[in-house]
Parts: sequence; C-alpha cells; structure tokens
Amino acid sequence: MFNSNSSMPNTHFARFKTSKYAVKLDPMLKKRDDFEDMLEERRNSSDLRYALRCYTPVLYRGVTPCKSSVLKSMVLQSDHIHYVINQVSKETGRATDDVQEEASAILEEMAHRLQLSTVRFFAFTLSKIFKTLFRSICVNEEGIQRLQQAIQEHPVVLLPSHRSYMDFLLMSYLLYTYDLALPVIAAGMDFMGMKIVGEMLRMSGAFFIRRSFGGDKLYWAVFSEYVKTMLRNGFAPVEFFLEGTRSRTCKSLTPKLGLLNIVMDPFLKGEVFDISVVPVSISYERILEETLYARELLGVPKPKESTSALFKARKVLSEDYGSIHVYFGQPVSIRSMAEGRVNRCQFNLIPRHIPKRPDEDIHNFVNDSAYRLVRAQEENMVLKPWVLLASLLLQKHHQNQAPGQKRGIALEELTQQAVWLRDLSRQYGAFLHWPDHTSPSDVVYSSLSLHRGLVRISEGRLLNQAVIMLSCASYRNQALHVFIRPALLASAIHAASSNKKQEVFNSFSFLRNTFSNEFILCPGATVQDFEEACYLLVKTGVLQVNPQEVVVTERGHRTVAFLTALLEPFLQGYQVSQTNMTLLRYIEVLSSDLQKNTLAALLRLGAVRKINGYVAFNHPCVPVWFEWLEQQLNKTCKNKQAKVQHFSDSDISASMRKQLEFHTVMCIVRIFSLVAGISIRQIQSQTAYDFFHLFILPKIKLKRNEQDTRGEGTSP
Amino acid sequence: MASNSSGGSPDRQRIAQQRLRRIAGHLQRPVDGDSTIVAAECKAQGGKPDASSEGRTVPRRRQEIMKWNGWGYSDSRFLFNKKGQAEFTGKRYRLSGMIIPGLKDWMESTFGASLQHKIPATPILNSSAVQPPTLNDAFVDELKSTGIPFSHDAEDRVFRAHGHCLHEIFALREGKFGRVPDMVVWPSCHNDVVKIVELACKHNVCLIPYGGGTSVSSALECPPEETRSIVSLDTSQMNRILWIDEKNLTAHVEAGIVGQDLERLLNESGYCTGHEPDSMEFSSLGGWVATRASGMKKNIYGNIEDLVVHVKMVTPQGVIEKSCQCPRMSTGPDIHHFIMGSEGTLGVVTEVTVKIRPMPEYQKYGSVVFPNFEQGVACLREVAKQRCAPASIRLMDNEQFKFGHALKPQVSSIFTSFLDGLKKFYITKFKGFDPNRLCVATLLFEGDREKVLQHEKQVYNIAAKFGGLAAGEDNGQRGYMLTFVIAYLRDLGMDYYVIGESFETSVPWDRMFLEELGISLVKSHTAVTQTYDVGACVYFYFAFNYKGLSDPIHVYDEIVITSDGRKKEILANGGSLSHHHGVGKLRKKWMSQTVSNVGMGMLKSVKDYVDPNNIFGNRNLL
Ligand SMILES: Cc1cc2nc3c(=O)[nH]c(=O)nc-3n(C[C@H](O)[C@H](O)[C@H](O)COP(=O)(O)OP(=O)(O)OC[C@H]3O[C@@H](n4cnc5c(N)ncnc54)[C@H](O)[C@@H]3O)c2cc1C
Repeated sequence: MFNSNSSMPNTHFARFKTSKYAVKLDPMLKKRDDFEDMLEERRNSSDLRYALRCYTPVLYRGVTPCKSSVLKSMVLQSDHIHYVINQVSKETGRATDDVQEEASAILEEMAHRLQLSTVRFFAFTLSKIFKTLFRSICVNEEGIQRLQQAIQEHPVVLLPSHRSYMDFLLMSYLLYTYDLALPVIAAGMDFMGMKIVGEMLRMSGAFFIRRSFGGDKLYWAVFSEYVKTMLRNGFAPVEFFLEGTRSRTCKSLTPKLGLLNIVMDPFLKGEVFDISVVPVSISYERILEETLYARELLGVPKPKESTSALFKARKVLSEDYGSIHVYFGQPVSIRSMAEGRVNRCQFNLIPRHIPKRPDEDIHNFVNDSAYRLVRAQEENMVLKPWVLLASLLLQKHHQNQAPGQKRGIALEELTQQAVWLRDLSRQYGAFLHWPDHTSPSDVVYSSLSLHRGLVRISEGRLLNQAVIMLSCASYRNQALHVFIRPALLASAIHAASSNKKQEVFNSFSFLRNTFSNEFILCPGATVQDFEEACYLLVKTGVLQVNPQEVVVTERGHRTVAFLTALLEPFLQGYQVSQTNMTLLRYIEVLSSDLQKNTLAALLRLGAVRKINGYVAFNHPCVPVWFEWLEQQLNKTCKNKQAKVQHFSDSDISASMRKQLEFHTVMCIVRIFSLVAGISIRQIQSQTAYDFFHLFILPKIKLKRNEQDTRGEGTSP
Repeated sequence: MASNSSGGSPDRQRIAQQRLRRIAGHLQRPVDGDSTIVAAECKAQGGKPDASSEGRTVPRRRQEIMKWNGWGYSDSRFLFNKKGQAEFTGKRYRLSGMIIPGLKDWMESTFGASLQHKIPATPILNSSAVQPPTLNDAFVDELKSTGIPFSHDAEDRVFRAHGHCLHEIFALREGKFGRVPDMVVWPSCHNDVVKIVELACKHNVCLIPYGGGTSVSSALECPPEETRSIVSLDTSQMNRILWIDEKNLTAHVEAGIVGQDLERLLNESGYCTGHEPDSMEFSSLGGWVATRASGMKKNIYGNIEDLVVHVKMVTPQGVIEKSCQCPRMSTGPDIHHFIMGSEGTLGVVTEVTVKIRPMPEYQKYGSVVFPNFEQGVACLREVAKQRCAPASIRLMDNEQFKFGHALKPQVSSIFTSFLDGLKKFYITKFKGFDPNRLCVATLLFEGDREKVLQHEKQVYNIAAKFGGLAAGEDNGQRGYMLTFVIAYLRDLGMDYYVIGESFETSVPWDRMFLEELGISLVKSHTAVTQTYDVGACVYFYFAFNYKGLSDPIHVYDEIVITSDGRKKEILANGGSLSHHHGVGKLRKKWMSQTVSNVGMGMLKSVKDYVDPNNIFGNRNLL
C-alpha cells in the first residue's frame, strides 16, 4: 500500500506524477502523520530556560554558518552582480562605482541579520503570547524528522501557506524549538514600516523585498543572487510564501513564480545536485486578522503596518483563538520533479551568471510545479468542524433570503447536516479534525462558541452582517480545495443542456477555465480533474457515469445541491447582472478579491484586453455599454468628448463567444457600474473606484488630448 | 497628473494608488523583473536589451552608405582630380583625402592605361531595368503578420543579387541585372529566422542568406533557372553581442554582425576575436562561418573553424546546435563542419559563440626585404617550421612591392621622404639587391611588450639567414594600412579599361611555385598571405587593359580565372580549389575532383536530408 512514511523523499511527488496518467489514488487512503501539541511542554517548563537553552541545529553537509556580512560580500562580488552592474552602467551611462554603490544599498536594505539573541527573545515572548492565544499548536513531528534529514542532504526551501502575519514567526519559532536550522525568510517590504519590529524581524532571519520593482534589473539581480547564494551554499533553509501575500479569503492564492524561479535556478544550472522543497500547511482554527480581512475585502483600506497599530491590536490577546495545526509535508525533490520535464542542457549554452528570461518550457515547468506545491499545501490543511458549519450556515442563509423567511437555522438541523457533511468531506479526502470521541452536538456547540463573534445563538437563530458573512466565507473557503473538483462537476451538470458526457465535460472545462484565477487548478489538467471529480462522485454514489452519459442518482441530489451551492457565490460574482447593487444576494460579490479574480479571468479569456495598462473590451454589446459609460463619464469629467478605445470581437471564436456572451456582458456591467461610481456611495467599494480613477480616467484624458491635437479644427 | 482631478484627499489617493499598483501587479501575474523584457521579446532574448542597432555600421538600406556598383562606402573612392593626380576621397581611412602621386605612372606604365580613355560606370541604378519581382502571395501575407520587415524595392533587391567578383561588378557598371532576388527580408533575431524558414518551407519559397555581400565566388548570384520566388534573407540587422563570458573567454553573437562592429564592441570590453579577414569592414560572422573564412592574424587567433565554439543554424529540418560549449568532443564527425563552409545551402547561421582574447597589450609592425621571392618563401618556410610566425606574415613579390610603392601618399615632411630615399639607396646599392627582383615581407607582432620584442628578434634572425634585411616598421604598417583601400582600387581601374581579379589557393611547401602560364595580356602579382606547418596560402592578382577587346569579361574568365587549364594546373600541382574564398558557383565544377565522388555523395546526402525541397536554393558547392 501507499506509504507516506517511506524514507524516499520523493514518494509524495511520485504520486503526483503517476496520477497525471493513471487513475487517481483514492484520497481516502491518504495517510497522514499524527500531531503533537508542542505548547504542552511550554506550559510545563520554564520559558526562560527554553529561550536560553543550547541551540545546535544540524546544517547542510556540515557547513559552518555564514555571517551576514560575509554573505553580503559574496553576493556583491559574484559574477552575476558584476555583469549586471556593467550592463546597467553601459545602458544608463552611470559610473560603475555608482551602480555598485546602489547595489550595495539595495542589499543593505534587503539583507537579513540573523542573530541568535533576537531569536531567543522571540522564543521567550512568543511562548508567552502563544500560550495565551492558543489552546494548542500541533505539529507533525515525523514531518520535522523528515525535514531534519532533508536539511542535511540538500539545500532546503520551505514553503508555508500564508494566512496570517503569524506565519513566519511561528515557523521560526517551531524550527528553533525542534533544534532545526533557522530559515531566512522573504518578507514584504511593508513590514519595514514598523521600525523596531521590522528590525527585530530582520534579526530573526527575515529579509525584505520590495513589492514591485518592475524592470529594475539591478534590484532583481541583487535579490536573486542573494537568495541563490544562500541556497547554493546551503547556509540556511530559504523560506517564502508561494502565494506571494497573505490570502485574505483563506482560499489558496494562485502561486507567484518569481521566487520559485530563483530557487530552482541553482538546480537547473547544475550548481547543486538537488534542492528539497518542503510544503508546510499552517491551519488556524481562528485567524487573528479575521475581521480585518473582511473589512479589507470590502474596500476599507488596510491599516498601514505600524508598531503602534500592533499594540492597539493588543486586545486580540484577550481572546481565544483555538488551536493551530502545522503540517510539514513530504520534501519534494526538484530533481525528480524536473526529471523528464526539462532539458537542462539548454542552460549549458549561456554562462550561468548571465541572467536570462526563462524559456517557455522552463516557465511551464515552474508554473506547474508551483500549482502542485500549493495543492500539496492544501491537502495537508487541517479542517476544523467550524469550517463545515460555516459552509452550511452560509448556504442556509442564502436559501432563507427570500422575503418573509425566517433567518437562521435550528441547532439540531445544523448538527444533523454537519454530520452528513463530515462524512462527505472525509470521503473526499479532507484532513478533517473532528473529535470523534465527543458527541456531534457538543462539537457543533463548542465550535459555535469559539466563533461567537460571527454567529449568535439567539432563540436558536443566527444573524448576519456583511463583515460577518465574509468572515464566514473565509472559513468555508478552507474546505473548498476538498470539494472544488466535484463542485465544478456538479455545477457543470447543472449548467449543461443534456446529460451527454461530452457536454458535461465542455461545461466543466469552461467553468474550470473561468475559475482558474479563483481556485488552485493545475494548468492543463482539465481531463485529470474531470476524471478525478467523476471518480469521487461515482464512488460516493452521487453519479453514474458511462461512456456516453453522466447521470445524478436519486440519493446523489443532496450532495449535488450542496456542491452547486458551494460554487454559487462565485458564479454570481462572475456573472452578476444588477446595475443596481441592492439586488445583490451574495456578499462575496463585493469582495475585492473576487473582483480582482474576475477581471483577471476576463483578461485571460480575452473578453477584455489591456492596452498600455488600461482595459478595453472585446464584445459586441460593448458599444452599448460604452454609451452608457460615457454618460456616466460626462457627469464625472465634464468632457463631452471622452472616448474609450474598444475592439471588435473578431478574434473570439464563435463557441467561446456564445459562452462568454452571458458572463461577460454581466461582468462588464458590473464592473462598469462600479467604475462609474454609482455603487461607490452605496457600498464604498474602493477598489472599483480606484480602478476607475487611476486606470481608466487618465487614459481617457490622454486619448482626448491626442484627439484634440489631431483634429483641432473640429473640436469645439 | 491626471490623477489629481479625481478628487478626494491626497491621503486617500495615496492609499488608492498603492492598492491599484497591487491590483495591477496581480493582474500581470509573476512579480519577476522581466516585464520590460517581455515587451520586446526579440530584441532582448539574451538579456541585453541595450543592444540598439545604433552604432552599427550596416543599415537596412545599404544604399544609404554603400555603392551599388562598386566596392565599399559611397563616399570613399579613388579618382583622378583636375590636376590629373590620383586622390582618395572621403574621411574614413588614413589614406582619405590624400594625393597618391605614383599611382598614375604605375597605371600607365603597367597597363598602358591612359587618363584620356575613360569608361565611366552607369551612374544611377535604373529600377525599370530590373525584372519585376515574382512574389509568392501566400508567403508575403503570412510574413506580413509576423511583423518582420521586408521589401521588394528594386534597389534593395539588386543590392543582394551579387558579391564582388569582377564579372558581377562589371555587369552592374554596365547597368545589367540578371536574375535578382524577388524580395528582401530583415530578421532581427534567431526567432525571426525560425519563422521565416518555416514560412518558406510552407510556401516553397527559395531562401538565400545574405551576410555582408562580400562573396567572391558567385555564391550570392541567383540561379537563373530558379522559378520559385527568391527571398534574400539579410542578416545584417541581427547584429548584437548577446553576451560576453569572461571566465570562458567566449562571446555569443548574432551572426549578422560585421567584423568591424564585432571588434569595436568587443574592444569596448577589452577583448577581441582577432579574426580579421581583409573584408572585415563588411563581411559578417555568419558569412565567415558559411564560407570557412580566414583572418590575417590566424597565427595567433586561428581561422574561423578554430574560433567557433558553438553555432546555431536554422534549417528546414529545424534548429541544429550542440548541447554544450565544450572545448573539444569526440562524438563522431563534428557537426560544425557540416555548417562551416555550407555556403548558405543548408540553412541560416543565426548565433555563434566565438572565442575571445584580451586585447593585445602591444603591437608592432615590421618588414623585411629579400633579394628575391624564392629567398622570401624559404624564409617563411623556416619561420613556419620553427613555429614562430608572428600574428601576420605576408610576402609580396616584386610586382606587389612596386604596386605598394605606387600607393605611397604624398608626404609633407621632406625628412621622411629623405629617409625613404636613404633606405632605397641602401637596399639597392649596398646590398646589391636588384630593384626588379627584390620582394618584401610585412610582419605584425602582438602580445606583451617583452615577448613581442623577443619574438621580433627571433624572426629577424631567421630572415637574415635568407638574405633578408629589416626594412622598418613604416613599410610594414603601410602594407597593412593599405589592406582596406586596395579593394577600392579596382573600381578606379575599371574606369580606365583596366580590369583585375584576385584568387587564392593553398599549397604544400614543396609545391609553392606554380608554372607561369605566360599569357601575355596578363600581369600577375603573387603574394604568400598565410603560412602553416605544411604549406601556405598563395594569392594571385591579375589585371589587364581590355581596351579594344569585344567581350572582355568572357575573355578574362576563359583565360584566367575559371579556365579549365588554369584550375587544372593548380589542382594538378597539389594546390587546393580554395583556401578561404569558398566554392560558390564559380568553382563548383571542380568540387568532385577536389573532394572525390564519394565525398560529393556525402555532402549531397546531407543536403538531401537537411533540405529535401532545396529551400536554400542558391546552388552553391554541389
Ligand atoms: C575585398 C575582399 C577581401 C576579402 N578578404 C578575405 C579574407 O581575408 N579572408 C576570407 O576568408 N575571405 C575574404 N574575402 C571573401 C569574403 O569576405 C568571405 O567569403 C566572407 O566570409 C563572406 O562573408 P559575407 O558576410 O560577406 O557573406 P556573403 O558574401 O553575404 O555570403 C557568402 C555566402 O555565405 C552565405 N551566408 C552568409 N551569411 C550566412 C548565414 N548567416 N548563414 C548561412 N549562410 C550565410 C551566403 O548565402 C553566401 O553563399 C574577401 C572578399 C573581398 C571582396
């Protein structure tokens, strides 16, 4: 049988590979390690002694740790940096010394200054804080052992999921606790705003990268060389967040490839034999930033990170945040991932120190790997009963929205449904942490009481508000990866005009394509996903599939209904048709995350097109909307001649157009309505407002100016 | 700017902007720093987007700077001024703007030419005399969609229809155009070439790669029997150095770069390739590879086959390249040798990795006078034997020597000419050298100063054993300086009924002296331009006055260059068909004799595999 404890570090990934072609392994057979609560020992022994204890981690091939100053000079003296400095100096005409200085300033701003004393300080304070905030911090210790082994063999990259600011402190804290080499962590520059904390983080191993540095070659060079130097020499595990930023929705974000590209480079260029990548799944029972995120998604600006704000957040300390589960996944060998996928010979043809844009096959390889790694994170995310409850509550809430209906759900009903969903999700391979020894009603009750900020038991009924809805949605989102493929299939069956397998597949593939910015769906894996979804639904008796048809069974309707309802808010978000937002059913539609993904999907599908940074639309109905938009614009910018450039739809294929027709038009309307400012007053959606003012308006003005200068005679 | 007008407090605006930037970032996907590169894919493949084509010599429209019916830059030419003195115009060369007093006499006495008998070239290119282009519409349509520039302008096409053989230039001067390419395309990178070749295969169009157009083997001539549309693929805009690797001392360069640009750009980084064929101002890296070119300083740097580390060539079967850039490998016959010398019959060389060297610290010219040519050759043989040849060593026979003297510019300093006079006196009188027999070797030493001086001494010592007498740096330097202007001289000759051509061969040391053919019309000079362990490269220059002959080119061809007798003579004497000019169409009838029938079969089978439909249909070599 499949054995995840095998000493082969690649087993985990090997499964991925075979799954691509063979029948998917039954997710119910997934074996996962057991957890230990590491806080328990903290509660029983001295934090001070713990913080001051002897710390002697094993390192990669016994390298001696490298002082950060030595590291810096290695970076600055590298061939790569020399090359880029010369190049920049040639291009800009600046003296090389000047550029060199800039490089060293960049490095200074970026580099970590890991100090054991700071780590000890954090070890002490975090122990105190964690003990008050959390009931337990559970870690799979077998994963820790695997990691320890991996660190000795190859340079290691740690890829934790990112849901909270806590994540990287927690990671370092754990590695310190288990006497593992402390990682250096890529952190966003926003932290630097917090003066003292920023420096403290730096001294605990964080290095800071600017959020955007566009075409700044020098910055990119220094940054990538810095990371690669650490990795090549195995000085320390490199840690970063594949998702690029904290997910505000608890849904994994589509991976960002920049850093992954960098860390794969030393392997691809043959500078190291292999690199182990360790996905780490961190699941919070309650997220510290819970309501903060919801507000942010609604367009209330995120407070700037500042130390004082952190202290204001102190009231957080008085609350109960349940437990955290940290699962260190199987180390994945980049070598075995690349086997048969990339031809490393291509790297022989250009000197290693000369930066080169990755070729398409490399780009695809990195992209696929990134998706697989995010999925590996998702698979080992621990789901709490509350996640299931949130899903049920939300669905119930929407069903009850019709006027006159009572709101909320009876407790017994909820419990009964929760048990049903528990069993379903287990069948789909969810990593569910449901205390089997307690009675279901107790489980439900205690979950509800932990989240009493979001739900209230009032005469047995519950209340709502936008913020709360979004927070709940975030919890529901944690379970999405378990259900996404079956849910896409269920919705596809729903949407398809017949039961014909081909039709269902087409519909599935359209939905999957549309949502590929929304969920983690590996690029190019449509067929596998379809097969997996069929397999699961057939297995659980929901579907009957034969070569021609896909039929929902009698007892399958409940599951199908649940699954369809799960996707419903997203579908609405992508096709919402109201110019008047008051008809809105799902609060998610207001979420900037959803809007962003929608726009990205529209761009990807060619429904809209970006020209010089602004958006133009590819649709036959667009002119109508443009007229309408122009009216709105005229109110805003007093310019009677405003014109937005638009394009014919000739390059959308006929079938595509048909499918897009509905969705696109609706989306455009919605975006326009946001853009034009109608809803801004109502819902304060800043995103749309910003989008309009910063993207579209200036361009319109530019266009107008062009026209003015061109046709001077005609303009009034 | 415009954002101010959107209202709202500045703070709010700032937040909004921040957020927007983030959204924009998300929309664009990866946060990597290559966004600029993505935009201009083609021009930034190698991560060197700075490589604007500014500062490059060759524009798309060659006619902007070059002659359409003669050699080189339009602004540089020899002419006889109103005073009847020879003069070299322009500002580009050391000789530019100078009077050359001896030239008139030399032309008159050597060829019986006269300033009174002038036969000027057709002054302007008459487009209507050019055949209208045969276009392959489907090809043109698809090409358009790629955005790669192309033209079917008559001038553009005529420029790519020829090399610099005498008969080619002669026809142009008379305003005669044969079959010319129907179209010219200008790819700007490897990927462009891939697209063009794909389209050519798809639409069955004939492609002829064009580098610098300096071919002297009729390699660029369009086969008159070709009925398909002929597209000249001009590589001149693929002219970037993609990278320089200082560790391995290599540079990766696009194949269309011309020699002078390559050296100048490398020099900026302190390096050189040292590959200096006499045509280096205009000939291209790809052309060198395609013809197996040889540079003046091959003794230090090697010929093109020694310099090439890696080649990328686009063929109808796909791209051929090695998987590594190793110094040597034992993996069957070297595939580079299918590419080198393929003369555009297999595909387009797009990128080449060449060896580079740090620029020499010190250069020194020199010259040695020998009592006669035989002694000179014996000296060169000895130098080769001792393997101490300087960067360049060339031996000119007496005619060449006199010609060199005729090209001496007027000097203002009496003192210099006085010294010259002294030297002449010394050489001819005291040493008893016969001015009509003596010959001169020019030398170029390179390296670090001390070694150069030591080396120089060694060579002069050997020379002394063969009666050679050091004749000063100036004579040597002038010899090399004239390299680039000599090519302009042929156009002057043609203005006065004097036509000339050079050709070269390589021979073993024991076969150095080919029998004189003794054709009275012909004046011939001989020079030894390269030496090897086993032999040397010999150059012949022929020129004659054709006034009064009806079809001079035909006579010339028959008698001198391609006559079976002459070539047979050379081949029978153990000489080669060509040392470096290549075969083209001019010499292909001797190929099987040179490489054997089996050898021809091998080459043919390679051609059949790589290009079964003869897309690269210039019909060279085979
Ligand atoms: C005045 C003068 C001096 C010369 N001196 C020397 C000398 O010292 N040493 C020497 O070796 N030669 C010399 N030559 C000959 C000539 O310069 C060489 O043959 C040179 O290599 C040709 O290069 P090109 O770029 O001009 O090629 P072109 O003349 O444009 O083309 C020559 C042949 O190569 C093919 N070709 C060109 N580029 C490519 C490419 N990228 N891929 C595939 N095929 C291609 C063409 O189709 C053609 O068949 C001289 C010529 C002249 C006129």
